[in-house]
Amino acid sequence: MDPIVILQAGVASGTVLLFATLGEVLAERSGVLNLGVEGMMLIGAMAAFSTTIATGNPWIGVLAAMIVAGLLSQIHAFIVITLQADQVVSGLALTLVGAGISLVLGEGLSKAGTVSLMPSFSIPLLALIPILGPIFFTNQSVLVYIGYLMTPLAWYYINHTRPGLHLRAVGEYPSAADALGINVFRLRYAYVFVGGMLAGLGGAAISLAVAPGWFSELTTGGQGWIAVGLVIFAQWNPIRAAIGSYAFGALRRLILDIQGPLTLFGFDNPFYYNAYLGFFLQMIPYAFTVIVLVIGSRESIRKRLGAPAALGVPYIRGERGK
Amino acid sequence: MAESSLTKKRTGWRVKLEPRLDEPTGKESLLISLGAVVVALILGGVVIAVVGGNPFASYLHIARAAFGNIGVLSDTIVKATPIILTALACTIAFRMKLWNIGAEGQFIMGAWGASAIVLAPVLAPESPRWMFIPLMALAGMGMGALWGLIPGYLKAKFNVNEIISSLMLNYIAVSWVNYWIFGVWSEGGFQMSPKFPEAASLPRLSDYASTIPFLRGLTTHAGLFFGIAAAVFLWYIVYRSRWGYEIRLIGDNPHAAKYAGVNIVKNTILVMALSGALAGLGGMSEVSGVVRRLQTAPINAGYGFTGIIVAWLAKLNPLAIIVVSILFGALILAGREIQPSGIPKMIQGIILVCLIASDFLLRYRVRVVKNEEE
Repeated sequence: MDPIVILQAGVASGTVLLFATLGEVLAERSGVLNLGVEGMMLIGAMAAFSTTIATGNPWIGVLAAMIVAGLLSQIHAFIVITLQADQVVSGLALTLVGAGISLVLGEGLSKAGTVSLMPSFSIPLLALIPILGPIFFTNQSVLVYIGYLMTPLAWYYINHTRPGLHLRAVGEYPSAADALGINVFRLRYAYVFVGGMLAGLGGAAISLAVAPGWFSELTTGGQGWIAVGLVIFAQWNPIRAAIGSYAFGALRRLILDIQGPLTLFGFDNPFYYNAYLGFFLQMIPYAFTVIVLVIGSRESIRKRLGAPAALGVPYIRGERGK
Repeated sequence: MAESSLTKKRTGWRVKLEPRLDEPTGKESLLISLGAVVVALILGGVVIAVVGGNPFASYLHIARAAFGNIGVLSDTIVKATPIILTALACTIAFRMKLWNIGAEGQFIMGAWGASAIVLAPVLAPESPRWMFIPLMALAGMGMGALWGLIPGYLKAKFNVNEIISSLMLNYIAVSWVNYWIFGVWSEGGFQMSPKFPEAASLPRLSDYASTIPFLRGLTTHAGLFFGIAAAVFLWYIVYRSRWGYEIRLIGDNPHAAKYAGVNIVKNTILVMALSGALAGLGGMSEVSGVVRRLQTAPINAGYGFTGIIVAWLAKLNPLAIIVVSILFGALILAGREIQPSGIPKMIQGIILVCLIASDFLLRYRVRVVKNEEE
């Protein structure tokens, strides 16, 4: 129950959520709601693990995960952007397809044994900073460090670059963006693809770094859905997405660690003496997601912030007011 | 007429898309759905072939193992029964564009509620069946309704996205049931409750084999009547009642509904509770009619998710759901023996993808025209 250890492990497991959440932030900023994150993460985790077994190189595994999940996302893109279908049902279908294909192709993969994982290392000098050093910069996977870089880059990209401006325009007011010569359809396809790649990267971060291996659907265990919830909490802002992801990661680790010690705050630890209470601990991340959603939704009503205006609305050229 | 970006240039010919001005006929819409399912089966077959299976053998096996004789047909109906109820649960919510993805959790909580009557115990084991069954059905519907009410209330009061909240409650329901069957109600340390007394079980056809020998070995149970009764009830609600009209109005045009004075907050909560109650009844029917004890694996088998696909395939028509459920019951029943084990799930997903894609044909007419024509 060392808080430093919990936070350190929390940052690692939060990285999974971070990638998936950032990807969904980008897709939703372009106006496309993709509920298929869970399916894309699963197929990413499966592709990363199996490719690494085949090639022995985890980097190729990560690349495969991103490509496969990105390709899967294009099914959703085609259905909702070109065929203008309902984004909610299509996203759900994508989760089912992604899970189904991963189970079929991942059959027998759980007995495959160990693979070489993504490398972990400490950052010189930064690791020496008290408290922050051990939490963020000591013995973390290279993917965790990529997450640190990606968050501010995504924030800067969305808010302070020209392509980021186009992204926001397409998500807020697609017909105006179209009138300015921005290709709404192409940009939406592209950002759904990026979202898929990042979800796949999140899946790869599970199977090659945080919780190595392939455990069929339990590999992700609903983290894709938690990521979709975090986007709302984050109010489509990468910085808030990172804070939420790391907090959730730490929560997951705390739940594991709290069952260890004999006493808690001077009392007998009920979770140690009654193992069945562990089932209530397992509920916490999911219950917490609901609470976080309530907070996020209330806040966005109060501040009149909210989802990109065109989120979930298909863009049809020539229709008025869309 | 609006030209779609789909328009492709071909040598002399091109594909032209025209928005339909009229509603497609029932026959057209049925043909399009069937076409989508056929395409899905072909795509699924391709994946089966890629992983080294024989798609023809797999599909033939599914047909034989699900409809080959009266015994397996009865088993197919057993698998269809919970799907009918979860699909009805999804239908009433989807009609209002409330995306209740939590039928799985509501189903599980319904199974728990019904089991609690036996295991708590609320009724003594010697109680007669006419006391057990109604009370278990009520408890199942009550717990399911509660599990639907939570996301409904959060949606109505705080505008919380019901997709994610109802889905999170699925995971919570699984942990909740695990707590009871691992700990409190565990039978000798096994991860299941003791078997229910005979009076707490829904009667099966085979129970009457002593008088009618033909029924020997047939597992179809009285839960089917719950499914059919619920389908008729829901059909009446949706198409014949004022409440159903309000629900459809909110689903089609929430602004118009608001101006017409329809109470959206109240309806959101009520519809989610009704949706949960239907799924909960499915859970009750499954523990009482099939499993006859509380156990996680058989009740956490994905019936809630299959219900979403069935509801969509049946175009949210409560009576069509009965037919579609039987087809999906067949897929699940026969799919248990097919390797790799993920195939039924994958085919379900592909069917849903093709169905959604095919909706495009309900809104647009595709024609191949000569370029010179215009």
